[in-house]
Amino acid sequence: MRSEPPHITEPQIAAVPDPAAEQAAREVMMGLYARATRAELQAAVERFQPLPQLKRLRPAEAGLIMVQGRTGGDGAPFNLGEATVTRAAVQLAGGATGVSYLLGRDPAKAEAAAILDALWQDAALRLAVTDALTPVRRRLAVEAARAAEETEATKVNFFTMARGED
Amino acid sequence: MYVAVKGGEAAIRNAHALLAKKRRGEESVPEIGLDQIAGQLSLAVDRVMAEGSLYDRELAALAIKQARGDLIEAIFLARAFRTTLPRFGASVPVDTGAMRIERRISATFKDLPGGQVLGPTFDYTHRLMDERLATHASDADAPRQLAPSPRAGEGWGKGEERREADATPAAPMPRVTDLLGGEGLIEPSPADDGTPPRDLTREPLSFPADRPLRLQALARGDEGFLLALGYSTQRGYARTHPFVGEIRFGTVEVSLPVEELGFAVPLGDIAVTECQSVNQFKGSATEPPQFTRGYGLVFGQSERKAMSMALVDRALRFKELGEEKSAPSQDEEFVLSHCDNVQATGFVEHLKLPHYVDFQAELDLIRRMRAEAEAPDEMKEAAE
Repeated sequence: MRSEPPHITEPQIAAVPDPAAEQAAREVMMGLYARATRAELQAAVERFQPLPQLKRLRPAEAGLIMVQGRTGGDGAPFNLGEATVTRAAVQLAGGATGVSYLLGRDPAKAEAAAILDALWQDAALRLAVTDALTPVRRRLAVEAARAAEETEATKVNFFTMARGED
Repeated sequence: MYVAVKGGEAAIRNAHALLAKKRRGEESVPEIGLDQIAGQLSLAVDRVMAEGSLYDRELAALAIKQARGDLIEAIFLARAFRTTLPRFGASVPVDTGAMRIERRISATFKDLPGGQVLGPTFDYTHRLMDERLATHASDADAPRQLAPSPRAGEGWGKGEERREADATPAAPMPRVTDLLGGEGLIEPSPADDGTPPRDLTREPLSFPADRPLRLQALARGDEGFLLALGYSTQRGYARTHPFVGEIRFGTVEVSLPVEELGFAVPLGDIAVTECQSVNQFKGSATEPPQFTRGYGLVFGQSERKAMSMALVDRALRFKELGEEKSAPSQDEEFVLSHCDNVQATGFVEHLKLPHYVDFQAELDLIRRMRAEAEAPDEMKEAAE
């Protein structure tokens, strides 16, 4: 297993257990699973083989959510349209219950995310799970920076011209 | 009325086989892949997601392929597919203020915080056919290579590590409406009082429709229909004097409150286009004149649709703003009952189904009327 550079760590991990910080950190991880590819998540799960016995509390299933927007961008909500979502829940023998909800229809990806969520909840494995997602974090950062650069290059300054009749 | 008919199974089977053959096209040409449709016909995919009211790029690409590029048929397929899935809940309303911007322009302010960002736009192209695209030569010499970024000394040759270091989230771009709102010159958005919005996929459309319900119908409405209605408002039918305060396109995070977890789970990002129109004034005895607003929000990149939606949203607010009703774009029953292209195509296209009994009755009727009209006068008199 290739070790990752030490400078990329999860800043949300508190030394003293703090439920609010722990939930925030878990949300950050879930955001990473959602933006990872199936292959990336499966590779991350591979690091923890052999896995404890797995109980599929909720086998991965596809469904819909209604995406809401807000009138005027910041006002009363309205129903914009639906999106496909896949969810799964697994329990590791002697461990926590992992849950995943992800955009799209990919049962294998949802199951991998739920396994990682279960592993992450084990304080002893938390750092290792965080570390296993480093390639994802890095790819997303690079892509976001590239996109921001490309967008920035299209920034314009309009100059109003004096009209002929003036 | 149409009636059940029997028979024709073999003909139908053969018609569908022929459809599949036509869909495939010339067999010596490679079959098109969903990744090609999603990646290279992305605006068609966006339209199917918006009007199919179902955000899933891969499904929309599949629908386009299956429909041979007929987008309304593809939208129909997306709508049919959604009925096969359970619904897990409603998202936290997306925050377009926190959008990761790919395009953001304002027609009202030249200089605004965050700037004017053109992004991938057809604007300012010359609409000349590009022969290079016909020959695949575009791969070699099309201007896909961006010129160096305007930031001095920072070219495109940045190393990956440098990009990683830069990857702090960009500051959110303030909405133009917030800039005007700060001075009280523009009406605020209607407040969120915690009422869940009505959902026309769960209850039939009924009138009067409140603004959230209207926005849902418009967001999935036909682009062409809304474009024409929006255009009509500009040409004087319910004139509302619009300016485009802002158009922004980019990605927003979607999250879902999950009861078993007690918090909202981030599900990933979706692309949306938002348009804020700024329209002429409203004032009353108690309130000074203010700019009014129309709003458009659409899945994917479609500013034509988002702008049309904002124009029609504003026109539909005539009553609330004390304006006279004078045009179709203001009539919510007319607009909302006809903007759905799946419903519209269903009713128009049902005319081709067998209407044999109806038509026999009409034939019979017209024959009798003609017979009466052609009968000699004395017979008519005798009959009377």
